[in-house]
Amino acid sequence: MPEPRDCDAVVVGTGPAGATAADVLTGAGWSVIALEKGRNHLLSLEAPFAGLGHVSNDEIKSLRRYFLGPDPFLEPRTYRRDERDGDRLFAGEVNNLPSTVGGGGFHADGKLPRLRAVDFKPYSSLGPIEGADIVDWPVDYDEMEPYYAQAERLVGVAGDADANPFAEWRSGPYPMPPGADMFGAALTTEAATRLGYHPYRAPTGVNSVPYDGRPACNNCGFCAYYGCPIEAKGDPIAPLRNALRSGRCEIRADSYVERVLLDPAGKQARGVRYRDLDGDAHEVSARIVVVAGGAWETPRLLLRSGLANSSGLVGRYLMYHFQTFVIGRFPFRLHGHRGRSVTHLHDDHMIIDDDVRRFAREHGLPYFRGGLTEHGGGGGPVMEGVYTSPGVAHTREMLESTMRDRMWAFTIQGEDLPQATNRIDLDPSVRDVHGFPAGRATYDVHPHEVVASRYYAPRLVAVMREAGAESTFAATSPPLEGDRAGRRSASMSRHIMGTCRMGDDPATSVVDRWQRFHDVENMVCTDSSVFPTSTGYGPTLTIVALAIRACRDLAGLPKLTSSRPR
Amino acid sequence: MPRFLTDHEHGVVSAAVDRLVPPLDAHPGGAALGVADYVDNLLGAFTFDPPRIFAGGPFSGRFGGEASFARFIPLSPHEELAWRTRIEGSRGMPEREFNGPTRGWQEIYRNGIVALGADFCEVDGDEQDRRLHAQGELRGVLYVHACEGAYGPPEYGGNRDRAGWRAIGFEGDVQPRGYTDDEVSGRA
Repeated sequence: MPEPRDCDAVVVGTGPAGATAADVLTGAGWSVIALEKGRNHLLSLEAPFAGLGHVSNDEIKSLRRYFLGPDPFLEPRTYRRDERDGDRLFAGEVNNLPSTVGGGGFHADGKLPRLRAVDFKPYSSLGPIEGADIVDWPVDYDEMEPYYAQAERLVGVAGDADANPFAEWRSGPYPMPPGADMFGAALTTEAATRLGYHPYRAPTGVNSVPYDGRPACNNCGFCAYYGCPIEAKGDPIAPLRNALRSGRCEIRADSYVERVLLDPAGKQARGVRYRDLDGDAHEVSARIVVVAGGAWETPRLLLRSGLANSSGLVGRYLMYHFQTFVIGRFPFRLHGHRGRSVTHLHDDHMIIDDDVRRFAREHGLPYFRGGLTEHGGGGGPVMEGVYTSPGVAHTREMLESTMRDRMWAFTIQGEDLPQATNRIDLDPSVRDVHGFPAGRATYDVHPHEVVASRYYAPRLVAVMREAGAESTFAATSPPLEGDRAGRRSASMSRHIMGTCRMGDDPATSVVDRWQRFHDVENMVCTDSSVFPTSTGYGPTLTIVALAIRACRDLAGLPKLTSSRPR
Repeated sequence: MPRFLTDHEHGVVSAAVDRLVPPLDAHPGGAALGVADYVDNLLGAFTFDPPRIFAGGPFSGRFGGEASFARFIPLSPHEELAWRTRIEGSRGMPEREFNGPTRGWQEIYRNGIVALGADFCEVDGDEQDRRLHAQGELRGVLYVHACEGAYGPPEYGGNRDRAGWRAIGFEGDVQPRGYTDDEVSGRA
C-alpha cells in the first residue's frame, strides 16, 4: 500500500510557470500545494480570492524598494563574465524577476507573442554557428499551436490576428481586440512603415474589454514593472485564481524550498523541504514535483539539491535577450506614461535577407538574427532623475523631460545564442538570508549578438529620425566593452532562459520533450529553463503554452489539437 | 515633527539638496519640495508603525477611489531585517552581516553632515558644491533620495503638494480614473 502523501503535486514557484501548472493539474482533479518563497501581495487565499489591493502605481515602492522582491540584501545574486574575473565581479541585483505570489508575471507589461515555426527548428532551418550549441526544440509550431491558443485564452490576450505579416498561422483570432495605441507608437509605426518595415499592434496580456471576470484596462500607464491595481493584467492572477477556485489548490507564501527530496533509490522525487517565515523546516510529500522557479532559481535549487545533473548541464546554456535600445528625443511631449508601456512591435529584425547574410559574412558569421522590436515610452520621473546629473542640469532636464515625456524607445529583444560556458551556478561564498549559496551568473556575449546589434541599431536610428526625433542614441544591455560584456553591470534583461535544456538525449539535455527530468522521472520543469534557444521573442506565452502541454500530459489529459484555417 | 534629523541637520539637508536639485523656472527645487522631510521619514521609518517603507494600495485617492497609499503595509521579518540594516547599519549584529558589514544611511547622513561643516548653510553655493563633492558618499546617497523625495508619491514625505509632479507635467497614480483612449492616442 502506498504511503499517504500530502498532495498529488507540489509546485515550486507561483509565476507564470507554476501558476499554469497549478491551474492545469487542479483542473484535472489533482491536489496541488504551491510553494512561493516571496510574500503574497496578489490575492486573498480565501474564497472568493479577491485581490489584496497591495500593488499600486507607486514608483518608490515598486522600483526603488523591492516591494515585490527579491531584495538584493536578502537574496543577493552575483555576476562575472568568466573565470578570469575571479569568483565574481559584484554581488547584488542581477536579472531580478519578482519573488512574490505571481512571480515574473508582475513585472511585465504583458507583450505575449508566439514563436514562429523557424524558432523551434533553428538548427535544421538556419544551421549551426561556431561557438554556440544551436539545437532544434523537440516540439514544433504545429504541435504547439493549440497550446498557444489555450494560453492566450487562459491569460487573456488582446491582439490583431492579421496584423503581423511574419506571424505563423493561427487556429483562431485573439480572445480580445487590441487596446488603445500610444501616441508615440503612432509616430514610430508610421515611420517604420514608410521605411519598409511591418509594425503591428502588440499581442498583449491586458484586457481591452472585460474578460474572465476582470475589468478592461484603463490605460493608467504603470504597466511595465508594476502589478496591476485593477487586475486588468491576466498574468499572473487568472491561473492562480482558477486553481484556488477548484478547491484543490493550496498556496503557501513565504515558503522557501531548500531542496528536492529523493527516495532512497535516487530515481524518484518524494517531495520537497521548505522553511517558513520563522525558519522552521517542513516537508511536503507528493507524487510529482513541479519545479517552476524560473531559469535562475530552478537550476540553483537543483544544484543545491545535488540532483538531475548526470548530463552536467543543469545551469548551463543560460540565455537572456541581448537588448539594443535606440532612444529618440522629440521636440514635443509624447506622454508615454499613458497606456500599456509598449503597444507596437515589429518582427523585421528577425528576418534573414541577403543584406543580413552579407553583413554576417563580413563579420565571420553565416547569419544572425536580431529580435522582436518594441515601440515604447520612457520610465517614471524618479528613474529619469536618478539618471540625470545633479545641479542645474538636473532641473533643466526634468523640466524639458527629454528622457521621459519627450522620449521614445525601440528595444530589440535580440536572440542570444546558447553557449555552454554561460551558466548559473552556486557562488562559493556569498549567501542568502537563509544561509544558502547565492546564485551566480557567468555570462559573456557571443559575437552573433554584437554583430546583430551593430547591424540593426543604425537602421532603428533611421526610423526614429523619420518619426521626427531631434536626436537619438543607441545603447545595449549588457553594455559592451569592445566585443565583450561589460564588467560593471550584468544584463538588464529579465528574459532568462535555458538552464535546464529540453531534448531527447539525456547526455545533451536535462529534461525530455515532456519537460520531465531525464534523471528523476516524476519531476517536471515548467519554466523557461527548458528553452533550448532564446529566439527573439518574449518568453512568457511560450512558458505558459509549454506548461499547459507538459501538465496535460502529466495528468493523462488528451493532447490538444488544432487545424489551419482554410 | 522630525523623526531622526535634528533641526540643524534638517537645514543642512535642505541646503544641500537645493544644490543637487536646484530651483529653476517653474521647478521649486528640492528644499521647497520637502526632500529633507522625505529623508527624515526614511531615516526614521521605524519610528512609525507600520514602518514607512511600503505605501499601501491600490489607489492614491487623488483621481477617485479611497486614498489608500497612506496606509503603509507591514513588513515581513526579513523585510524588516533588510530595511533596518540599510537604515541603521549592521552594527556588528551577526544576523545583519551574513555577507559582511553594512554602513547605514543614518550614519552616512550624520557623519556626512558634520563633515560638511557647521557653517554649511551660511557659505555660498560654490563653496557648498565643493564641500558636497568632498563628501562623495553622502552626495551620492542624497541625490538618489532627492529624486525619490522630489518625484515620488507624497505619502513618503516629499513632493510637497505634488509640486514636483506639477513642475514636470506628471500626474502620478491616476487610478481608478485612468486615461481615456483619446488621451493615450491623441497628441495632447
